[in-house]
Amino acid sequence: MIQIENLYKKFGKNQVLSNLDLDIHGNGIFAVLGPNGSGKTTLIKCILGMVVPSSGEIQVQGNTIKRNWKYRREINYLPQIANFPGNLKVKELIRMIKDLRQMDSKEEDLIRLFALDTFLDKKLSTLSGGTKQKVNIVLTFMFDSPLIILDEPTTGLDPGSLIKLKELLLREKNKGKTILITTHIMQFVEEMSDEIVYLLEGNIFFKGNVEQLKAKTNQTDFEHAIAAIATQTSDA
Amino acid sequence: MRSRWSYVYFLFYLALGFVLLFLNNDLSKAVITLMNVIIVLVPLISTIFGVMYFYNSKEFTELLLAQPLKRSSIFLGQYLGVAGSLTLSLVLGLGIPFVLYGLFKSDTIWDFSLLLITGAFLTFIFAALAFNIAISNENKIKGFGYAVLLWLFLAVIYDGLFLMSLILFEEYPLDSFSLAAIMFNPIDLSRTLILLKLDISALLGYTGAIFNQFFGTYTGLTVSITTLILWTVLPIWRLAYKARRKDF
Repeated sequence: MIQIENLYKKFGKNQVLSNLDLDIHGNGIFAVLGPNGSGKTTLIKCILGMVVPSSGEIQVQGNTIKRNWKYRREINYLPQIANFPGNLKVKELIRMIKDLRQMDSKEEDLIRLFALDTFLDKKLSTLSGGTKQKVNIVLTFMFDSPLIILDEPTTGLDPGSLIKLKELLLREKNKGKTILITTHIMQFVEEMSDEIVYLLEGNIFFKGNVEQLKAKTNQTDFEHAIAAIATQTSDA
Repeated sequence: MRSRWSYVYFLFYLALGFVLLFLNNDLSKAVITLMNVIIVLVPLISTIFGVMYFYNSKEFTELLLAQPLKRSSIFLGQYLGVAGSLTLSLVLGLGIPFVLYGLFKSDTIWDFSLLLITGAFLTFIFAALAFNIAISNENKIKGFGYAVLLWLFLAVIYDGLFLMSLILFEEYPLDSFSLAAIMFNPIDLSRTLILLKLDISALLGYTGAIFNQFFGTYTGLTVSITTLILWTVLPIWRLAYKARRKDF
């Protein structure tokens, strides 16, 4: 699905990603974790082609992404901060994205699921953070693409919506999709993810499932295991 | 939002056209007054609008970038949207009052169309320059500053430097130098082009005669139009180049 080889990215003097190799195959939920500033968002933006790598090779479904944009048809992306043009109405935004993608969409179900009906005629600048995030989720999930990339999907969601999001994720996973998630909520990771990719200082520190991580760090609790990685490396 | 501003711009030109015609009561005189306004104002408005639009639509751009769209088409689309709507406002806003006044029956129609064509060129040139400045500067304030400075330089300071150099080196033959200097500034180039077309180059004295010789001929006109096209194409090309490499 996604193959990354020798990926380097530098912002000015700041080396964000260095010699990163990653292979993501098959369906399931892959959690990309790591402390703040470890390069999670940069990695995701590299896959999406929003950030141009300094060097290295990224392939999505066997196609190299350099100078290519058609591969993005296969990706649904949920950005970290829902920055929408404030002068548009929710309805108009949804229609516009549909126009761009020219694909079948199922936004009605999602709008009902997240109870957004009453917001359709409101301008995006008047929405609260959580409601914007729900619109964001609708925009991401309304198309049927094999690859879904979510950057901090839980931000601002109330518990009820969070449960709905989890159900949605499981449903998509069972359809055989590959889902990439970054988050800082470990409970969410432990519950949802099939595999963990732990980034540290621009490289992959650990890749495997929750049990393997617990074994590696000699911890019984997942949250402590993640925290242990950070302390282990700072001791070393 | 952007459409609201281009309406304001349109109404401004509409009003300007009517007022000038009312005050001058003569088509060709109004064209001359209009030239002075267009030469200074069109670059300023295009620069400011270009920079403002680019920064204001940043979120929108980021949304589009994650969609299956080509980068260059996103940015060129935005650029053409801004430059196109500004040009449309200019052409319609000035065109309507002049047409109502009986433009088609008068012989100033060619002067007037040249005025609108240079106005359109200036819009496209300065909007492209503004987009270039905005894409190279993350900081809004800096971007605005550079854009206004660019306008100030080309519209005002350049002429000052030009004049000073003419005075300093008055002993030397300066024909080719001044021709080249005019070519390098789209505002000067447009002004000279219009002045010569309006046949008031006699006002320019000796230099005017030389310019008339150069710009008045077929070659001169071709060269200056080519230069204007180059002024438009080069910034657009750089915009597309930059857009391919920028990180978001």
